[in-house]
Formats: sequence, structure tokens, C-alpha cells
Amino acid sequence: MASKKAHKDRNMRDLRIGSNIAIMRKVLLDPILFGTILLVLAIVTMFIVFPIANILKESFIYKGAISLHHYTEIFRLSYNKEIILNTFKLGITVSILSTIIGFGFAYASAYVKVKYKKLMNAIAILPIISPPFVISLSAILLFGRVGLISKGLFGIQNANIYGFRGLVLVQVLTFFPVAFLVMVGLLQQIDPSVEEAARDLGASRWKVFTTITVPLMAPGIANAGLLVFIQSVADFGNPMVIGGNFTTMAVQIYMQGIGSLDMSGATALAILLLLVSVSAFIVQKFYLGKKSYITVTGKVSRQRELIEEKNIVQPLSFLILLTSSFVGLMYILIPIGAFVKIWGVNNTFTLDHFKYVISIGIKPIVDTTSLALIATPITGILSMVIAFLLIRRKFIGKAYLDFTTMLSIAIPGTVVGLGYVLTYNKAPLILTGTGTILIIAFVMRSMPVGIRSGMASLQQIDPSIEEAASVLGASSKKVFTSITLPMIKPAFFSGLVYAFSRSMTLVSTIIFLVSAKYSLLTVTTMSQIDQGRIGVASVYSTILIVIVGSIILLMKFALSKMGVSADEIEL
Amino acid sequence: MKKGIIIKNLTKIFLINNNSKIVAVDNVNLEVEPGEFVTLLGPSGCGKTTLLRMVAGFETLTDGEIYIGEENVASLTPDKRDTAMVFQNYALFPHMNVYDNIAYGLKIQKVSKPEIKRRVQKILDLMKMNDFSNRVPSQMSGGQQQRVSLARALVMEPGVLLFDEPLSNLDAKLRIHMREEIRKIQKEVGITSLYVTHDQSEAMGLSDKIVIMKDGVIQQIGSPREVYQKPENAFVAAFIGKANTISGTVLAKDGKTYTIDIDGKPHVISSKKEYEVGREVEMIIRPESIIVGKEGYHTEVVKSIFMGENHEYEVRWKGQVLQISEPNPYSKRTYEVGEEMSIDFDETALHMI
Repeated sequence: MASKKAHKDRNMRDLRIGSNIAIMRKVLLDPILFGTILLVLAIVTMFIVFPIANILKESFIYKGAISLHHYTEIFRLSYNKEIILNTFKLGITVSILSTIIGFGFAYASAYVKVKYKKLMNAIAILPIISPPFVISLSAILLFGRVGLISKGLFGIQNANIYGFRGLVLVQVLTFFPVAFLVMVGLLQQIDPSVEEAARDLGASRWKVFTTITVPLMAPGIANAGLLVFIQSVADFGNPMVIGGNFTTMAVQIYMQGIGSLDMSGATALAILLLLVSVSAFIVQKFYLGKKSYITVTGKVSRQRELIEEKNIVQPLSFLILLTSSFVGLMYILIPIGAFVKIWGVNNTFTLDHFKYVISIGIKPIVDTTSLALIATPITGILSMVIAFLLIRRKFIGKAYLDFTTMLSIAIPGTVVGLGYVLTYNKAPLILTGTGTILIIAFVMRSMPVGIRSGMASLQQIDPSIEEAASVLGASSKKVFTSITLPMIKPAFFSGLVYAFSRSMTLVSTIIFLVSAKYSLLTVTTMSQIDQGRIGVASVYSTILIVIVGSIILLMKFALSKMGVSADEIEL
Repeated sequence: MKKGIIIKNLTKIFLINNNSKIVAVDNVNLEVEPGEFVTLLGPSGCGKTTLLRMVAGFETLTDGEIYIGEENVASLTPDKRDTAMVFQNYALFPHMNVYDNIAYGLKIQKVSKPEIKRRVQKILDLMKMNDFSNRVPSQMSGGQQQRVSLARALVMEPGVLLFDEPLSNLDAKLRIHMREEIRKIQKEVGITSLYVTHDQSEAMGLSDKIVIMKDGVIQQIGSPREVYQKPENAFVAAFIGKANTISGTVLAKDGKTYTIDIDGKPHVISSKKEYEVGREVEMIIRPESIIVGKEGYHTEVVKSIFMGENHEYEVRWKGQVLQISEPNPYSKRTYEVGEEMSIDFDETALHMI
């Protein structure tokens, strides 16, 4: 504690007297550090800031002159207005429903003696290792025209899953785990004695829940809701697959930009979408983040006594089992669908879809996996380096680096995709169609989360440990590789796992960037669904999930051999 | 309405991983009179907190009975018991200000608004915390938070007030200040209190009655004076203050008065317990009850430390080391290490165990 304070005091003094000149001198004296900072700033500028700036610029240009034409066009056409309304309607509905279900899961996990905790955690991880449209695909298998439940169970002819209701169903099932994970962490941080105090003062369980637990969680609940909202409005895969006539902004940006080849027309909509998700993110990050009550209650003094009353445990267990099995069913259906001739019409076993996939080539599988494998270590190292710079070093441009990498979490994938196409399809740097731009997209989409988890784990390490190394003669590179990196190993490796899964399952950004030269699994799958080849799409999805799942297991296994326990690697 | 507590044959067993079990509280019997201040004292893991939490209703009973007043509370949930608790980490509601924290329990009881206001105000006056009523917990120091926590419990006018190591998170000076304040307010309100601590000076300074526990079993129940001067066993003697254990043989017995031979010299000691003539007995003597410089036994000084208010020695005697504390060292001669020191035992302070 004392050393931390001393360190802080010294930092303050540095800032006061040294100002920028001192910082610059310090940085210049260390060429490796200086070079790294320049490189990182260049990367962030080129692939986060510049593409967005380009969209912004383009959105104000019409026929070579500065104009508000693209914006007025949005609000002139009732079709566009409807799309914006759709996006909000969907985002708000999904956010509310997901938060309610997520809270139920979180409360059960942290407060109640239910049996299915492992199952709950497994369900929470599924959306991370699967492409974003998988639930849509199985929703079609279940509730589509020839769906297992719609036609099979209820005999409904021509059931229509496409549209708002179907989209709400799949997005809720996809995103409620996000809300669950956010809230379960916060609930576990509430000091049980606060609730015991209320109980002791005469409050019933229900009264404690309504007057203590829920108010304490209010910022956390709002936080979870906003995170789901951001994901919902940015989601491209599900609305694309199952939206039907219900179009959202993320889909429309693609349709207009790539489908109708009207890039500049799409820019205004992209800016609007960006504004929506970034402002939601800023509220979440800067307003709610500061409003947390839970930090006030301090350390958890003792383990919580889990609720054992049957009248609470049993209904809650039942609801959780029901929801979890439903989500589980959604995922199990995919591999089953891969082996069925024509779903709902001719349900005989077949290997035809697999044969078809092999006959048209396993190129998407090879391409996706190899590109993701290249992007993964780059993401991992870059994230940790940036995290290290942000936490441990002072340099000009630090605030800029911090702000852009954080904000890029909230930038919808379609917006990034549009920005890349606008920026890198003309001289001086033509990257569209190359593998390079795909790798860059992979890296830039998974890096922000890696940076944040790296920063979180670095903050827990006393800076004096690193200072001790440099006093003993280690250069800044040596300090990073021999001291810092080993200490943040768990965060580094979970970053790798995350980067790989995210790269494999990415759709929104790369759908703008694919070319004849490289075909990617997610994009191929989507076009198969689009053509009605549900069986083939199921095969591709199955393969994708199997590859991601097995690489994760392989990494965990390799890491346990290297002395990082599987528990330390968080997803 | 202040109420008494009666605990009968209380046992708590925790099951760990289905096969191994821990007996946290082992067949405890205890009676707390209405208005009495009773402290549960013992090292960590002795079961004192578990016992307190069973009285509050946070732990279920494995066996036994608990009465608060006339009522058997074994099957009641915490909210149905006439108790209020002050927690170690204050456990204030972070989303409410001081006023709302204190009013919380009254609101639950559906007390009328003006009545709530009157009672909260009264407690704020008593605690001298009027200026704080609009503050939220995060704007207050630990000591202030603990006063609010005490006020929140007191305002309920509970039959029994429970304290779970309320001062252990405060720094040393504040701890003594708060200790005195708790004692003063408890006397003023006259509320029945059950207090858990591992700090013996806290127990001595607060209690009418101290209950010393070890491994879930009560070792002794008595006033601070009793447990200090007449400890039941060596554990109690050592846990409350410093103690020397010496041995001797019973030479003669006259009613409750015994003549004990300690290393060839007779000492007259009274005891409530029965000992046969010829039996070897162990006795406790406190360091301050060994008289320095009086001709009795010859010892050699092995440690000599000036502590200001007293001078502490360790002396070798008959193959054991005795701790001696000589008060008011100003007017006395100082012995250095290696010197010979003659000592004697204050007979009134010798206590057979």
C-alpha cells in the first residue's frame, strides 16, 4: 500500500514539474519503447480512426460537394425511418427480456442452492464459441415452415419465424448470457451481511430482495441492459438470416453498401448507428460505471448462505432447466440438421450434405482456420503490449490510445466493414480482396476486449515489481518479456482463446471484405441459408463449432502442460 | 422491552463434503439476564460467532433450544426474532443515507411516519449524529459507520442486541473510544446485549459477564474479576492476561482452606474446590502478584525490560521460567540479566485449578 502511494505521489510530481518534455525525454531515451509506441499509434489510427473518419467525411459529400443530402435522404424516406425504428424496437425489447432472464440466472447462481450451475455456465459460453447466427439457423429448424415444433408438433402449415418475433427470440437466447455474466459477477460482490442486516431488522426474504438486492443491483442491471442493447443493434448475422422483411440498420448498411453498391448512401446510416451504440456505451461506461454501490460495501466478509427453501429452489430450478435445455436444444439441432435429408420433409439419415461440402471444396474451412490462426497471436501480443503501455507508461498520445481502443468495443462490425471498404479499396493502400485485410479485421475486432482484460490484470500487479527488474538492469523490452508477461499469463492466454473464437465466428465486418480469393466459413454458411440449403449450412456450422471447440480444448490442454491452470483461463 | 436469553444444550455441526463434520458449538448452556451485557470471548474458530448467529437466526440449530424472553425461537427466521445485530463490517445499506438506514427496520414494521421521525431523531441525538442524517455510508469513516450501525439496531428497541466483533475493523484508539461509548449507551438504554470478540481487554472493559469458549465448548462463565482472578483452567488463565502455572502438594486441609507446599515452603490458600491431602495441585499466579525482593525463593533473572508503567522480568526458577511484572518501577531497584532475585508469591492471588 505504502509503495503504491509513493509511486502515485511520484507520478503526480513527475506530471507537475516534468510536464510533457520530461515524458518525451524519457520515452526518447528508450528506442524500443519509442518505436513500439509509434507503431501502436499508427495501427490504431489506420484501422480504427481513419476508416471511421472516412465514413464521416463521405457522409457529408454528395456529388463532389459538401452536403447533408445523405442525412436528409434517411429522414425523407419512410422506409429508412422504419428501419431506424425497427432497430430501436428490437434493441429495447431484446435488452429488457435478456436482462430479466439474465438476472434470474444470475440470482439463482449466486443466491440459491440450485443444481444446474455447471449447466448454466456452459450455456453462457456457447454464444462465444458459435457464430452469431447459429440460433437463427436452429430457430428455422424448429419454427420454420417445416419446423420440428411448428409443423411437427402443432401441424401449422407455413409457419413464419422470419421477422420481429423470431428475431427477438433468437437475439434473447443469444445475448441473455452476456447479461447473466455481467450480473452474476456483481451479485457475488454484494456483502451478504448487508442483506443479513435487513433480515435482522425484520425484512422478509421478498422485502430484502425488493428493498436491498434490487436497488443495490440497479446500476448493474442497467449496465447489463445497455450492453445487450449495444450487441442487439450491432448484430448483423441474426437479422440477416431471420429478419425477413424486418430490416435493421446494421443489415441495411450492408444491403445498401454492397447489395446496391451505394457506399456513400450507406455512410449516413452507418454514422447514425455508430452514434446510437457509442452513446449507449458512453452512458454505460462513464455514468453507470461510476454509480456502482457494490464497491462501497467493500469486501465480502463471509460466504453467502444459499437459499434452500423448497418453494424458491424448485420453481427456479425448473425455469433454469427449461431455458437451458431450450438453448441446448438449439445447439444440438445444428449437427442433427447436418445429417437429415430435407428437414421436416424427408427426415432420413444422409451424408449427402457432407459429400456436397467436400465436393464444392473445403476451402472455406482451410481459409478461415488458417487466417484465424495467424490473427490470434498477433491479437494476443498486440493487446498485451497496448495494455502494458496504457497502465505502466506515460507518453504523448496515451489518452488517444486509451479512448480509441475502448470506444472501438462499441463500434458495430458493419460500420467497421464499410469503413475498411471505403478506405482500402483505392490507392495508396489497396487491401480489399487480400488476406491481409481479413487478418486486420480479425485482429481489430478482438483486440479491444483483450486490451481491457490485460489492463485489468496489470492493475493488480504492484508496479514496484517491474521497477525492481529495471533497477537490476533489465531494459524495457526485457522487463516486459521476463516480468510483466509471465505475470499476466492467464489474461494473455484467455485473450488468445477469445481472439481465435471471435475471428472464426466473425461475420459483420468481414462480409464486406471477402473476395473470390478467400472464402470464409461464416459468410459461406450465410449464403447457404440464403439459398435455402439448410442441411449444408448445418454442416458448415457444425464444422465451425467443432473447430473452435477443439482448438479451445487443445489450447487449455497445452496451457495446463505449461503450468497455467484451466480455471485461470476465463472466457 | 428488554428480554433475557436462555440457551439449552445447543449444538451446531457443519457437514463438509458429506463425510467430514465440524462441531462448531458443542452442547452449550448459557443464561443471559434481561439488561445484562454478556461477552462471548475466545480465539478464532471457537464457535462464538456461530453461537451468536444462531441466536440471530442466520444459522440453523443442529440440536438444543434457544429462548428469547419466553419465546422458543428455534424455528423462527431472523426477521421474526426480537433481535437486532451490529455487524463487524457495519453492513450499512450503501444506497440509503443515514436517516433511511436507521429508519429501515421501522418502515418494515409499518410504524407511522411521524413516529419514525421521532424515534430516529431520538437515536441521532443519543449518538450525537444529527449532522450526519443526510450522508451516505461512502462519505463516512469506519467509526461513524459503526455508530450508524449501532443506531440502526438500537432504534428497533429490540429485546436483545447482538454484536459481532463490531470494533475489530477500527484502529486502536478509536476502538477504545467506541468501546466506552457502547458501554455508556448500553447502560443508558439498559438493553440486553450479547457481544462477540476475541479481544480480552474489550471483554473486560464492557461486560457484566464473560463467557470463554474453546473448540465449541464453554470453558468458564463469570464476571471479569472472576475469570481473571479465579480461572477455571490453564486455557482461561492464559487467554485472559498472562499467567504462570506452578505446582505444589496439599499438606493440610481445613474446610475450604488449604496448606500447600510449594518447593518446601507452606502457603495458605482458599479454594471452593475439593482437594485431598497429599495430592499434587497446579496453581495460577499472575505476573503482578509475584513479590520482588521478598525473601522466599531464589531465582535468576533471564530477561529484564523496562516498559514504563511497569518493569517486566523473566526469571528462572526450579527449571521453569516465571513472568513477573513489577508495577511502579520508579521507586524500586532494577535487576539486570544474570542477577539473583528473591521472590515470593502473594498468597491471596494464588489460585488452584
